[in-house]
Amino acid sequence: MANSKHWIEPHPQGIYVRPADVWIDPSGAQPRAVVTHGHADHARGGHGQVWATRETLAIMGLRYGTDAGTALRYGETMEEGGVTFSLHSAGHVLGSAQILMEYQGERVVVTGDYKRRPDPTCAPFELVPCDIFITEATFGLPVFTHPPIAGEIGKLFDRLEAEPERCVLVGAYALGKAQRVIAELRAAGWDEPVYLHGALEKMCRLYEDLGVDLGMLRSVADTPKEEMAGKIVLCPPSALTDRWSRRLPNPVTAMASGWMRVRGRARQRNVELPLIISDHADWNELTSTIADLSPRETWITHGSEDGLLRWCELTQRKARALAMVGRGEEDDG
Amino acid sequence: MQRFAALIDRLIYTRSRNAKLHALATYLRETPDPDRGWALAALTDSLDFPAVKSSTIRNLAGTRIDPDLFRLSRHHVGDTAETVALIWPGSEGVEPEDQRLSTVVDALAATTRTTAPDAVADLLHRMDVDSRYAMLKLALGGMRIGLSARLAKTAFAQAFDVSVDAVEEYWHALEPPYTELFAWAADGGPAPDLSAIPFFRPFMLSHPFEGESLDLTEYAAEWKWDGIRVQIARIAGETRLYSRGGDEISKAFPDVVAAFDVDGVVDGELMVRGEAQGADVAGGGAASFNALQKRLGRKTVSKKMLQEAPAFIRLYDLLVDGGTDRRELPWDQRRGHLEDFVPRLTADRFDLSQVIDVPDFEALAELRASSRDAAIEGVMLKRRDSPYLSGRKVGHWYKWKRDPLTADCVMMYAQRGNGRRASFYSDYTFGCWSDEGQLLPVGKAYSGFTDAELKMLDRFVRQNTLNRFGPVREVAKTLVLEVAFDSIHDSKRHKSGLAMRFPRIHRIRQDKPPEEADRVATLKAMVP
Ligand SMILES: [Zn+2]
Ligand SMILES: [Zn+2]
Repeated sequence: MANSKHWIEPHPQGIYVRPADVWIDPSGAQPRAVVTHGHADHARGGHGQVWATRETLAIMGLRYGTDAGTALRYGETMEEGGVTFSLHSAGHVLGSAQILMEYQGERVVVTGDYKRRPDPTCAPFELVPCDIFITEATFGLPVFTHPPIAGEIGKLFDRLEAEPERCVLVGAYALGKAQRVIAELRAAGWDEPVYLHGALEKMCRLYEDLGVDLGMLRSVADTPKEEMAGKIVLCPPSALTDRWSRRLPNPVTAMASGWMRVRGRARQRNVELPLIISDHADWNELTSTIADLSPRETWITHGSEDGLLRWCELTQRKARALAMVGRGEEDDG
Repeated sequence: MQRFAALIDRLIYTRSRNAKLHALATYLRETPDPDRGWALAALTDSLDFPAVKSSTIRNLAGTRIDPDLFRLSRHHVGDTAETVALIWPGSEGVEPEDQRLSTVVDALAATTRTTAPDAVADLLHRMDVDSRYAMLKLALGGMRIGLSARLAKTAFAQAFDVSVDAVEEYWHALEPPYTELFAWAADGGPAPDLSAIPFFRPFMLSHPFEGESLDLTEYAAEWKWDGIRVQIARIAGETRLYSRGGDEISKAFPDVVAAFDVDGVVDGELMVRGEAQGADVAGGGAASFNALQKRLGRKTVSKKMLQEAPAFIRLYDLLVDGGTDRRELPWDQRRGHLEDFVPRLTADRFDLSQVIDVPDFEALAELRASSRDAAIEGVMLKRRDSPYLSGRKVGHWYKWKRDPLTADCVMMYAQRGNGRRASFYSDYTFGCWSDEGQLLPVGKAYSGFTDAELKMLDRFVRQNTLNRFGPVREVAKTLVLEVAFDSIHDSKRHKSGLAMRFPRIHRIRQDKPPEEADRVATLKAMVP
């Protein structure tokens, strides 16, 4: 590997910053780790020392039982072994951060996961100039362009109106997607209660504790079936066709994910109402970000790295794919 | 075009039949002519634009997008038309147009092999992403969105509150965009004139016979042959062959179509020639349904197949004789006309289904019980004074199926159902014991149980899962299912070398230990 002597070392289990003896988003427990955001494929439990945003630490606390760690604000710097670290908002989920590292005059940015669209539940993406840009590529194929979210929320309302005796059941990941969908519904004027599967309740409550207003939320378990007709219910994707859904009034099965762009994917999951809503950068965002930054080198952590790699080749940019394991598992889409 | 695209997507994502009907009926009511007629034609695969090929689209994509990126994307999406629709570089900032469906159809119809690429590119440029997908699917033909012709006709009838029978008759007689059909149904215009067209007449269907006895002076008995029910129609020199659903299947059976050279419309059972079965009961022998299956669903047939499995029709009834509609006549009289009609046809392609000659009902019951011929599904009982009525009207025709065969099998795997059943494990694979004491799959069933039994089976699957393979669960081999089936034959589909016809769960035998389930050898002995 040409970059094996570099001070940043990509390994299958994470990115190792040698001079600081720190891992970024390691997939197993490490003595010293910086964590970009709370999704399980980036934040694991059991680390020794942890640096992350206050929100990410709180999310890890909810999931792993301990929120011990050093909280860093966006833009705040710390130094370890001659490397200056700072966190910059990634616009992916609440507390998500890109990590900027400066060492001997060289600037490296690790994006974690990111998007550039506005999201009422988290701070907007910050463009951080760098020499080496280490990016995700979940949607690194030109077929993936996410439409504006307002249109997708509109589809949901249209369906409710057309079939008022049914409810719309939206499958959404517990961290980030669920809260964003609720916040977008509120922004579009939906002030009815939103009904939640038990697996989403804690995270929604945490978001509210951290200052994100989600309006009136109710638990499906405490609600009579008839009350939910004409209403919106959220559950984790795994519960969409589970027995659990039998307690709902003839639900229209919806799913909020960037993968819903592809019809086959939606059909595979028995989704009747695909909503193309993603917390990841789409193809245009991925390529325009690289174009905006014009880094000396682009490294690709996970996703459709072949597609983005090919684009870099076509536009004569130096790029390489890092083979990261276990990424894109929880927040795939 | 955007409304049509929305309809396509609605039909793709909706699993419930009623919801599909509702979506299509609403579209047909609210869309003007000729757009709605073109939509109907597209949805039932009745449109063809020979100048636009899958390769046209692929090559076109190659001129706009890097081949590697296209290949990677195509691989991910799994469908060329959808990949092109998604990837097509939209004209940035230009608001997509919503052209009329008829404008798009006209543009596609006017293309030649040379002009097709530019014409398609021009259309792609003007459209939003969902319309691009719908347009490409339309241009390539074969929407494959799980909409049968029958469902489309039912939706049409529902939309305008007209009878499905009438729709069915007119439909096949007319060409897209079916303007006369809409003028009649939607705007109260005159019924279309069909005198010179070999159109499809709705079949007369039967009810299962559940009584004790019938008076055979009032009812005639016929064998029910095990092929596919067809109608063959010839008017003014043109012959068309229709399946039970009213779909034209002439291309799959050019041998019988070419041989039908007398004007008229008849109803019969299409089978392929075979040695073993049927010869003792009537006329020439027929092969099992299995042999016929090889010829079904083909767009073209090879010479070899025509030679190896020649098709023929065993005739049950006559609807039109020359140019005269005989459907109003009682069965007795139609039968007389049919017996006069058959000798005018090529003998090895068309023969007469014999009326079973027995003195009384007891003798018929005995004959039915003793016949285990695989080509015979049972007995038909037809009221001698009934006219030929469309659909399933009570009191005229009965189907007296043979008692099904049954076997005790052990549940091995289960899979979730579709639609209403998506949250239940409702498709079961079951097996029987080999001589070595191994359980081998013999079939798969997803019907025959009550809602309460389904809940019980679903619970069993969840509580006894051993392994998960994607949507499939392997279960502990402890539950015996009594499976009923119409017949069993050799097949490579299952490891046991057997396949059942119409298997369904007859009873759940919680009382029976799995070791006492049937052996594969026992089932093999049931193969005719
Ligand atoms: Zn993530
Ligand atoms: Zn990720």
